[in-house]
Amino acid sequence: MPASSKPLPAPPSPSTPNIPLRKKFSYAQLQPFTLVFALAVVWILAAYFTGGVFLEARNFSNLMRQMAVTGILSIGMLMVIVSSRIDLSVGSMVGFTGMVAALVQSSARHGLVDSILAAILLGVFVGVLQGALVAYVEIPAFIVTLGGLLAWRGATKGISSGETIPLRVARLQALGQEYLSPATGAAIAIAAIAALSWLVFRRNRARRRLSLPSWSAVQVALRILLPSALIIALTVGLNSYAGVPIPVLIFLMIALLGAFVMRNTVFGRYLYAIGGNADAARLSGINLRRQVLIVFALMGLLSAIAGILYTARVGSASPDAGLLLELDAIAACVIGGASLMGGRGTVLGACLGALLMASLDNSMSLRNVPDFIQDIVKGGILVAAVGIDVVSRRRSS
Amino acid sequence: MYPSPNGRLPGQLLIDRMTATAHDRGLLSQDPKIPLVSMMNIGKSFPGTRALKGISFDLGQGEIHALVGENGAGKSTLMKILAGVYPYGEYEGEILIAGRPQRFRNISDAEAAGIGFVHQELSLVPELSVAENIFLGRAPQRLGTIRWDEMYQRTGRLLDQVGLELDPRTPVLQLGIGQQQLVEIAKALSHEVRILILDEPTSALTETEAETLFRILRVLSAHSTGIIYISHRLNEVFRLCDRITVLRDGSSVLTENADRLDEPRLIQSMVGREMSQLFPPVQRSPGNVVFEVRGVALENDSLPGQPLLQDISFSVRSGEVLGIAGLMGAGRSELLMALFGGYGEKPTGQVFIQGKEVKLKDPCDAIAHGIAFVTEDRRRYGLLLDQNILHNLTIAALRQISGRVLTNEPGEIGLADKLVRDLQIKTPSLFTSAGVLSGGNQQKVVLGKWLLTKPLVLFLDEPTRGIDVGAKEELYRRINDLANQGLAVVLVSSELEEVMGLADRILVLHRGKITKEFSHANATSEKIMACAVGHPELS
Repeated sequence: MPASSKPLPAPPSPSTPNIPLRKKFSYAQLQPFTLVFALAVVWILAAYFTGGVFLEARNFSNLMRQMAVTGILSIGMLMVIVSSRIDLSVGSMVGFTGMVAALVQSSARHGLVDSILAAILLGVFVGVLQGALVAYVEIPAFIVTLGGLLAWRGATKGISSGETIPLRVARLQALGQEYLSPATGAAIAIAAIAALSWLVFRRNRARRRLSLPSWSAVQVALRILLPSALIIALTVGLNSYAGVPIPVLIFLMIALLGAFVMRNTVFGRYLYAIGGNADAARLSGINLRRQVLIVFALMGLLSAIAGILYTARVGSASPDAGLLLELDAIAACVIGGASLMGGRGTVLGACLGALLMASLDNSMSLRNVPDFIQDIVKGGILVAAVGIDVVSRRRSS
Repeated sequence: MYPSPNGRLPGQLLIDRMTATAHDRGLLSQDPKIPLVSMMNIGKSFPGTRALKGISFDLGQGEIHALVGENGAGKSTLMKILAGVYPYGEYEGEILIAGRPQRFRNISDAEAAGIGFVHQELSLVPELSVAENIFLGRAPQRLGTIRWDEMYQRTGRLLDQVGLELDPRTPVLQLGIGQQQLVEIAKALSHEVRILILDEPTSALTETEAETLFRILRVLSAHSTGIIYISHRLNEVFRLCDRITVLRDGSSVLTENADRLDEPRLIQSMVGREMSQLFPPVQRSPGNVVFEVRGVALENDSLPGQPLLQDISFSVRSGEVLGIAGLMGAGRSELLMALFGGYGEKPTGQVFIQGKEVKLKDPCDAIAHGIAFVTEDRRRYGLLLDQNILHNLTIAALRQISGRVLTNEPGEIGLADKLVRDLQIKTPSLFTSAGVLSGGNQQKVVLGKWLLTKPLVLFLDEPTRGIDVGAKEELYRRINDLANQGLAVVLVSSELEEVMGLADRILVLHRGKITKEFSHANATSEKIMACAVGHPELS
């Protein structure tokens, strides 16, 4: 809608007295950059301590594939956390849905589609069940999903009789283990860059139309070139080993979709409102209960996808697959700037957080750092990351 | 009088002990001419307002001194200073207790000087027992372990003295509001108080409970405890108190013995101020009735038998401002919240919009039927403080602006941009977070959010609380404009002059009921105040 045409007061200058100028570069705006910086530090240290092995093409490919499962979970978890809820059951759900997928395909009558469908239906069903208990019965999400953490793990052990079920269907395994051909990967990358450029130009046109300050040529170039450089680096890096792993492609697509949902849909906007101020959201006519139900259903869906990919990558479903994955997902969101109080957090941040956690895992495993030290380091970094965040926010406010 | 098990009057035992210790600690002046409390030239500022403008106040031994005034006159602020809630240094002026200057750094200092404060909102921990509440944080101990027997015994004695027959082990959540109020008083007494401050102690009590309270207060005063009694209920004030001080706009306007005052004069001094020139002239020609309610009632969950709202009926025309006046707790905000669907299906009664009966079960329904509600306490109920102005402005109308699934950001920016200019919201950009704006601009954001829903009826609850005079005047003009454009406005405000200055008609609520309706022309603050305190016959 065009701006109104009647005479208007001069546009307020940025130095409006009651808003300090310093706010222009508030910590919240710089937060994504600190995360990238932290990631760079971890990578440099990892490369140094592993004698460069960490940055080799093969390891990079492995790292990306390892993070795909945690990354997918983090995207769902981010939505849950933004709405100021929590889901502790996702690790058990990864095990449960993965096990169901493996069991379905183990009988000769059912193939790839049945197996995937069964896992996804189960995931959504459990998500809706837990969501209904949280939203309509008003049991705290922590309790419902803590119950889920125990119950679904128990169910997994029950249906598998405690045994590891191997994958029989090769195409299911391929989902977790295969690569796109380098040419396909390159084609997708080029398409992505083209789409990105188109979006940037379109947004800039919209800004001009709305008489917002439009971006200069340099800004436009940066907004296209920086992400393009990342896409190219990622594709070249992965292609120089064997191509883009299929789980990574799926993860990236879900991440894009998730970011879009959180930024550009009514649903996403309502989630931020609910987490930011539930009373105000309710009085603004938002149906809290339905939102919460949907967010848990989505988390269930994403847990199922993660469960299928996890099982496919490992090549079998074991009763304790996915153990503690919920904690990785929560940690990724929180390191990525999400607040457990709700209302704050981005999908990009959660994905970077997941990458950081995966990088720590991967590099320490390469150095044969004992398990227990890995856990201690990860725990310490989680608390330190949030500590830095809390302290910086306090200082900037 | 309520007999206590040992045959003495309630309060007697306690008083003997208190008097002894108070003498020991030099809290009790030997000379009864020296006032127990004297507050001299007390001033206090909050950001943007001057809450107290040099008030002097004193309290004699054994005196019951009433403190009355409109909402926001400064009663609570003054008492919070006396009780150490605002420490020395945050206010100007001097406090003497029994002739000695005092500089309280915190509440404990004030308690040590013998001051007990029973707040309007009860501050007991529901899960703990009566004894644990009374001795919260200072349970009798030996070697770091709690001496339960001693604690229960002492609690039992205190309960006798306030006339409560209760097992000290009873959890507070099992008590009625009235009993809780008495426990609060027992708690204050356990501090060996010489000065007892009670803020609206009877607002949640039944008649019988209130009578018990008055008897206890009289016994305490007979034993030279000074009592400061804050109340809106003027009949209680006259029955109970020796002297009355009236505060108005942060100044003390009257201190007089109760027997030399009557209610009309008291009411007049509570409201007596000049109508300011802040208000645009009310020259409206209302259209058809757009909003009507009949027989609306709402039960009080925590106090059965004393409904929050009963038998409320009124109508509003398009282009009309209906003012709702009443004291704190009269049910004004509850009325708007009930009509907006904020209490779900609990309220009973009928609602008509443009002549058609509608059921408003939740805020979604209300918004869909064209009601908008600028709630009180914008930070708590109105704004998403961490989020930007754009998202705050469009959240309530998002479904109307957006497609079914996708948001329409360019459209939102266009609408929001226009609102920011029309309402003159002062902000660097649409992407500034709402939390950093000034109060007046935040209020404009909340108003703007509701205007985007294109309402037929606009509810305003305390729209100008906590904003400066300039912003108030702007908002008054805006409300006037909106009414002239045909909106039906329902305005709730604690500031009488606001209601009188803006409204075509004024309803006065008292304890959940409409006591009287005034037209713009024949409303005076005295008449409204008389109805608000439950004396419509005086108006």
